Amino acid sequence: MEFGPHLLLASLEGAVAAAVLALTALGLSLVFGVMRVVNVAHGEFFMLGAVLAWWFANLVVGNPALGFIIALVGAPLVVGVMALIADRLVLRRLHYDPEATIVATIGMLYILQQLALTFYGPDARPVVAPINFRVNFPWFGYSGYKFIVIAAAVVLMLGVWLLLARTKIGLIMRATQYDREMAQAFGIPVQRVYAGVFALGAMLAAVAAVLIVPIQQAHYLMGQDPLLLSFIVVIIGGLGSLRGTVVAAIFIGMSDGIISVFFSPTLAKILATLLVAMVLVYRPAGLFGARTA
Amino acid sequence: MVEKKRTTAPVTGVGRRKVITGLAAVGGAAVGSRLLPGYVPYIQAQSSEPIRVGFQVHRTGIGAAYGRWYDRTTIAAAQAINDAGGINGRPLEIVAEDDGTDPKRGAEVVEKFATQHGCDIAFGTLFSHVVIGSAPRAGELKIPYFVVSEGHHVASGGLNRYTLQPGITDVKSQVIAMAPWVASNLGKKVTMIFPDFAFGYDHRDNFAEAIKAQGGEVIETVAVPPTESAFFKYFPKIPKETEVLYHVMVGPAVLTFVKEMGEFYGANRPELFGFIDSLEAVDLNSPGLEFLDGSYFWEGHPRYAGDNPSAFELNYREKVGVDLNGASRNDPKDVATYSHMFGCWETLHIVKAGMEAAGYQGPADRAKLVEAVEAMTDMPESEAHPQGAKVFNGKTHQAFGHQNITKVGDGKLSVVHRTSIEDGLYPDEVDYTTQAL
Repeated sequence: MEFGPHLLLASLEGAVAAAVLALTALGLSLVFGVMRVVNVAHGEFFMLGAVLAWWFANLVVGNPALGFIIALVGAPLVVGVMALIADRLVLRRLHYDPEATIVATIGMLYILQQLALTFYGPDARPVVAPINFRVNFPWFGYSGYKFIVIAAAVVLMLGVWLLLARTKIGLIMRATQYDREMAQAFGIPVQRVYAGVFALGAMLAAVAAVLIVPIQQAHYLMGQDPLLLSFIVVIIGGLGSLRGTVVAAIFIGMSDGIISVFFSPTLAKILATLLVAMVLVYRPAGLFGARTA
Repeated sequence: MVEKKRTTAPVTGVGRRKVITGLAAVGGAAVGSRLLPGYVPYIQAQSSEPIRVGFQVHRTGIGAAYGRWYDRTTIAAAQAINDAGGINGRPLEIVAEDDGTDPKRGAEVVEKFATQHGCDIAFGTLFSHVVIGSAPRAGELKIPYFVVSEGHHVASGGLNRYTLQPGITDVKSQVIAMAPWVASNLGKKVTMIFPDFAFGYDHRDNFAEAIKAQGGEVIETVAVPPTESAFFKYFPKIPKETEVLYHVMVGPAVLTFVKEMGEFYGANRPELFGFIDSLEAVDLNSPGLEFLDGSYFWEGHPRYAGDNPSAFELNYREKVGVDLNGASRNDPKDVATYSHMFGCWETLHIVKAGMEAAGYQGPADRAKLVEAVEAMTDMPESEAHPQGAKVFNGKTHQAFGHQNITKVGDGKLSVVHRTSIEDGLYPDEVDYTTQAL
């Protein structure tokens, strides 16, 4: 294949990866930013989103688009409720202690993964894309649904930005992030905010998974890669910095796509990890993180 | 610093020693209580003690879909053998352990079979990296290790005298048998896509050689990491002049692989020749697979029974609970790993035949069992061998059999060519019988 079309294909693949990664990492970053909790189980919420999407989509027979829309609404909601329960049963009891919550979320990772294996099984199961068309470039064909994934991710991220920047809920979240005790002194129910943020973070991962599941199948081990990449993105972008997360996700997603296509996927991972190391050495707070953090 | 170490070390040392003593006491008690009740009847009535088969199964990890069907087939085979009177009148007992499709865990599982569970043999591993990781330990422990893996690692001489593969053919034999058909019916310029580990390399190395012998060539090879979940980026590496695209993928993302290949090519695709591994446990009528219509697959054991299944075939399907379309009788969407799992059925029947020939009594006769299996040659098609007749080579510890090439059409796979056993023979690369037992 010539260079031009090859680059186009690489960029398209990169854009899809970046879109999904940005949504997933945004959830992780939000949880860390507001709660100071490193949620190792984040990838499992992603996996649960995909598995539940399969389940919801199979409730409706006949119209795949309808099943998908039900999944798009239902799966994140269920995952959000599960995150609320996890917050109430585990994180709150640990008083959101940063070290204890890491260990606790590792435990949650295994519990969720094994529950999925037990009740959903080891198979990779497909969800039919809501719209099935193929975009024919002169050199290769491309799934039209992937463009929808990119568009949907952009819309969702705008929604999160609006929520944080333009609503009272967002104001309360930001206040809690800046100074927990002061927020509490001003009458903000910090525990409810924490619970809500944890649920929102999990729901972002779940919705990203619902978008990706018509492309990749739902499988009980699928949470591992998104978790790793999300951490890479969040560290590069700056822990807790949402703008940094999005920029880093686009950068990592695009470079992963392009390097994978022209060289090898392994090299893409190596370079991403190297970048994390460099960022940690030279800018420990991340490219967009507050210097003092 | 040094002083600090000196003062703290004895304290922790005592603690550790205490813990170890406690553990040993508990462990000893556990072993004692487990052995004692079994020990007495073992002396009194040796012949009624069950034969314990350690079943190394991929319950979790990337091999889990295969593992579930290997499990069902193994249970069904043990049931069938027990219903027919067991082995030398002794019942067969399956002791299953999950290896997580992980080579390190695999070696531990083999060790557990030999030392903790008191198993007579170890059996049932599929993924080649797990086999390669586990076989050396089986050799050291001198426990016969019957793998159902397809890899060329047994016959290549890379393993040891205690590792045998009598129930399924190896990749080298499969590709040698089919290369002539591919070259004369599909094309001579081949691009290969395969998983980036031992199993994939078996395909790459042996098929490249086999197609060369037919006047063809492999013009490009694309290795994909086995845990990959997105494949689109690999397709630009396929040269335009490719006549045949040879694909063999494993793991949970196989369906994505085939779907994305369809999106990439649309109607203008090269001929496709795939190993059914790319679609094992996947419903052929899944959305996105229409693109495979008219393409060809290798199948070890045809998933769709066709118009004229043998009585042995029907009996086997009935016993393992698979319908005529290769799916579970209880759930038509639960598709079997049909081209591989017959190996579990046949291997257990070979173990039975081997133990009966050796007059097997217990672990002391393990070497006799290996020798008895090595002495086997012809295995005619029968209830024990529903996939078809096989010839076993005692020197290379590898079975040879028929291969099937099937074509996709009307949402089914139909056999278009079945190779002879001779098509898949190749010169011996090892003589395990010269190794000490």
